[in-house]
Amino acid sequence: MSSVLVPDIRQACVEPRHIDGEPERVRRIRAQAAERFQTLGWPTTRLEEWKYTSLLPLASIEWKTDERPPEGADSVPPFGDRPVAELTFINGALHANRSALANEHPGIRILPIREAMETESFGQHFARYADYERHALTALNTALWQDGAYIEIAPGTMVEGFIHLLYVGGGNAGHPVMSHHRNLIVAGRGSQITVIESFFGKGTYFTNTVTEIVAGDGAVVDHYKFENESLEAFHIGTVQIHQERSSNVTSRTIATGGGLVRNEINVALMGEGATLSMEGLFVLSGRQHVDNHTLIDHVAPHCDSLELFKGILDGNARGIFDGRIIVEPDAVKTSSRQTNRNLLLSETAVVDSKPSLEIHNDDVKCNHGSTIGQLDEEALFYLRARGIGEEEARNLLVYAFASEIVERMKIDVVRENAGRALFSRMPSLKAESRGQKAEGWLR
Amino acid sequence: MLDIKNLHAGIDGKEILKGLTLRVGMGEVHAIMGPNGSGKSTLANVLAGRPKYNATSGTVTYLGKDLLALPAEERAREGVFLAMQYPVEIPGVNNIYFLKAALNSVRKHQGQEELDAMEFLQLAREKMKLVEMDETFMNRSVNEGFSGGEKKRNEIFQMAVLDPKLAILDETDSGLDIDALRIVAEGVNALRSEQHSVLVITHYQRLLRYLVPDFVHVLADGRIVKSGGKELAEELEQKGYEWIEEEVLATR
Repeated sequence: MSSVLVPDIRQACVEPRHIDGEPERVRRIRAQAAERFQTLGWPTTRLEEWKYTSLLPLASIEWKTDERPPEGADSVPPFGDRPVAELTFINGALHANRSALANEHPGIRILPIREAMETESFGQHFARYADYERHALTALNTALWQDGAYIEIAPGTMVEGFIHLLYVGGGNAGHPVMSHHRNLIVAGRGSQITVIESFFGKGTYFTNTVTEIVAGDGAVVDHYKFENESLEAFHIGTVQIHQERSSNVTSRTIATGGGLVRNEINVALMGEGATLSMEGLFVLSGRQHVDNHTLIDHVAPHCDSLELFKGILDGNARGIFDGRIIVEPDAVKTSSRQTNRNLLLSETAVVDSKPSLEIHNDDVKCNHGSTIGQLDEEALFYLRARGIGEEEARNLLVYAFASEIVERMKIDVVRENAGRALFSRMPSLKAESRGQKAEGWLR
Repeated sequence: MLDIKNLHAGIDGKEILKGLTLRVGMGEVHAIMGPNGSGKSTLANVLAGRPKYNATSGTVTYLGKDLLALPAEERAREGVFLAMQYPVEIPGVNNIYFLKAALNSVRKHQGQEELDAMEFLQLAREKMKLVEMDETFMNRSVNEGFSGGEKKRNEIFQMAVLDPKLAILDETDSGLDIDALRIVAEGVNALRSEQHSVLVITHYQRLLRYLVPDFVHVLADGRIVKSGGKELAEELEQKGYEWIEEEVLATR
């Protein structure tokens, strides 16, 4: 069965999708979500949360789901050696021959989400956090999701290494294809896990993905997202994180791809003493448009959040950082810091930076700030005065700007991929200077 | 080595050097002294090719080449080194990576084989001893969080590694305590040879006790107004710059 979107921004209407053997609750949620999408309509720039990003180009295309792999999908290179488990989704469907579930590991349960709908944890958590009542694209995803990953880590289980979710998109027979991925990650009390999601593709397609993450008491969760879609692709991604007492979550987003991209990361600090570190790097050129939208909601007392987003923009690219932090009345002793720094490499690149803090009690330590600047001419001269050519000097400084985020990535393969993604999207950055080559799908 | 003839130069259209003439021979150490605002730093920056510093007339010939026609990196590759007055901090650029890239671009240009990581480290360690620098400096970002003295020592360390033919020290001594001053002077003295020339730009005579110049020039109002041997530096120290300014005025 194929789902279709009407190519008209005034008509947000869609039939909910159904999967064989779906529990009644899921059927109901899908129907409600489809209804909400219709009621909410496509977001327009009249909404404060969408004021920088028009979805008109997205809504004007007749998107269809089509789970056949696009030509050349097999040539996506492996992410790196030895993930604990890997799930590959091509145009929304699981590809078993590129997937390895790790269910022989005690305490780890990884399933395609369509096979996990009867689990207790799914019933308890699915669609409880990502808000399809108020967010149209989340509603669309909730109505149409095809498959995704279900990851459940038992209390006290420490997963060494990482779990990789790979998504590949692409049009089929010239027809634009949309994919709706839906993931649920539940890290039990005192468990530890690293999940990496990476997105690749070719040509024009539309990825709409929602990942719900639940970090139980004292759980340590590292989530990485590499958005490396094709330059003609549309990508709407929502990561919804729910943190319980003393949990520790790190969220890192590297966005280098996509034509029109919305990266939404929402975190609710629900339990006392929870810690969040959220980092993002967007590296844009050409006519790319990437809108980063983050929300950190301090609900419980004694939570710490640290947010750093950096943008590097060249050509006619447009980048947005819209970050909101809310400190609720009960969230006393909150410590929160939010920073956005942007580097403009051309006269025509544009960045909008909108950090915001809403504090509803007076026993907090919060600050935020943002900067927009060009390459430091003094530093550039310093490097050149030592014999380093101008282009190489520029590259060094651009990489240095990004390195604060890239170098902090704990896993080698993750750091290398981030570096490669950075080099591959910045034509002026020389990948070979770090012994890396980027071709084909990686560009 | 370096032949500056009637150089007029400045920044943002403002003329600061007003007809400077200076010849530095191979193997010589020249000190340029002068009051603040006399054009000392402008001279250093014009020679190194800092953007916005423009020569309006005159010539600068370096080893037979028109120095002013070369971009900054070409000058460095040809063997000109400027120890900066205010070394800039470059967060995220690793000291050792940077210096290896710099050295190899100089070597490549000069037709020498590039050094691999091991060879470079060996060289760097040797030169680090010279400036009494801790190895931990190498893995930090360029000048980031360095004290004033550490930054100046890092300049001398880079100079020692790059082994320039013409080293220009732009007030490298200012703000240094006596130990750091001695280290800087030793670094420069180690470079001294028949093939290396040094131009020491300074406001004070202190450094010149350790780093004895062959010639001393006084720069005032964009021109060299007096030249002499090392004893001129001592005279300046005792009598200040006023008498020179008076002398210059008297001759106008």
